[in-house]
Amino acid sequence: MSAFVQYTLQGLAAGGFYALAALGLAVIFGVLGVVNFSHGACYMLGAVAAAVLLDVVGMHFWVALVVVPILLFVVGVLMERLLVRWLLRLDPLYNFLLTFGLSLILVDVVKRRYGVSGLPYERPAGLDGQLHIGALGLSTYQVFACLFSFLICGLVWLLLTRTRVGMIVRASTEDAERTRALGINVGRWVTPVFGFGIALAGLAGVMAAPFRAITADMGSNFVIILFAVVVIGGLGSILGAVVAGFLVGLVEAYGQAYAPAFAQVVIFVLMAGVVLFRPAGLFGREETA
Amino acid sequence: MLENRVLEIDGLSAWYGEARVLTDVSLSVHEGEVVTLVGRNGAGKTTLLRSVMGLHRQIEGTVRFAGTELGRRSPDARARAGLGWVPDDRGIYASLTVSENLLLPPVVHPDGWSLEQVYQAFPVLADRRSSMGTQLSGGEQQMLAIARVLRMGSRLLLLDEPSEGLAPVIVQRIGAIIREIKAAGVAVLLVEQNVKFAATVADRHYLLAQGRVVESLDNDSFQARESELLTYLGM
Repeated sequence: MSAFVQYTLQGLAAGGFYALAALGLAVIFGVLGVVNFSHGACYMLGAVAAAVLLDVVGMHFWVALVVVPILLFVVGVLMERLLVRWLLRLDPLYNFLLTFGLSLILVDVVKRRYGVSGLPYERPAGLDGQLHIGALGLSTYQVFACLFSFLICGLVWLLLTRTRVGMIVRASTEDAERTRALGINVGRWVTPVFGFGIALAGLAGVMAAPFRAITADMGSNFVIILFAVVVIGGLGSILGAVVAGFLVGLVEAYGQAYAPAFAQVVIFVLMAGVVLFRPAGLFGREETA
Repeated sequence: MLENRVLEIDGLSAWYGEARVLTDVSLSVHEGEVVTLVGRNGAGKTTLLRSVMGLHRQIEGTVRFAGTELGRRSPDARARAGLGWVPDDRGIYASLTVSENLLLPPVVHPDGWSLEQVYQAFPVLADRRSSMGTQLSGGEQQMLAIARVLRMGSRLLLLDEPSEGLAPVIVQRIGAIIREIKAAGVAVLLVEQNVKFAATVADRHYLLAQGRVVESLDNDSFQARESELLTYLGM
């Protein structure tokens, strides 16, 4: 029983990273129509940036949690302004290929600079121990990661449902052309939304830093699972991204615990099952046009 | 009358790739006037509205709105200039509530209706203001789509088949709303296949066939030739 609780916590913690990153992927896809393949690389950049900043300037985890997403926001803005923007008028496939190429470049640049072995990152003081609840011993960091991703997902949810910007993002996600025809300059929101989405991937990366091996390749596997998450949740569905993120984290953790050989397969079996019965994903809307 | 043309389309042609869907269309709508564009499916009616809105860009010819040539202006600039588009699928957001659907577009003219005015005119929307947009019935969605552009204060409404798929009693209600809009001095360009409905609301009519304006009629001659037109439209 206590092992099961631990797997669940581990799953929710990992799911939190997926949920945050998938949320970023969903708002970018919604407003720009771009499937950002470099999302995994940006997650990796977040973790690497946290490790490097700790090593070079001694930046504490709590500070990195704020600073790194801001840096990644800037990276996202530059990516959008310098590259992605110019392909928006073309078939979305072009931006998919562009971001795919970008992620290869980012991964290799990091490999060249920091090598292929993992960068060290110690769990921050106060989060490195165990929480004892009765007979149960839980990793303090996992409990924190869980609660923190719930909190951020909740804040993003409030931003999307309670503010005018959020209303415009939801409307554009549903139908960008119609939203323009109702007098809203959707183009104005493209750059900040892209930056915001990348910042969320970076935030997931910082949170993963004390928890996962920090290597240049850490995003490559992550992005594949991330695509399973958005397919399960429904591409462009914001609620779907969050729910499917946690769901996939749980499935992966249980898989690793009870059927280690099939841990990854289970996720894609889940994805195939969802696509079979609900082609638009759990929370996606069927195309009507 | 000639000087207060709200919309003036001159020599408009439109293509989808190689296929020409509109040929040299010229028409005008005056202030406070309801004008319909009648034609069969595929005659080019929706393309014409989309071209006016700037959503269809593969065009030649000129579109002037309130005296200004629209040229290559973006759809959002056209909407802010006072064009109110009500698409044939109503265009209600499923992920927005009824009140959010109303509040999303900017108010572009001081004559725009307040939320209270909208709810007074459409009590059914007031009752369901917190429902998600697509939980409404077809008729309610149509009213919401029209109310949305009225709140913006649009000077010309582009209505794409508002009567389509609605029960007769709802169609009557939509007709009454269009007459109220007209009384408030707002112009309407209405795309219709329903000849009987068009005759109850419009001042003038243009007949569109295979992408060309084949006839321009006032409402009296339109009504006199109703049965002929019904046959012509294949209804």
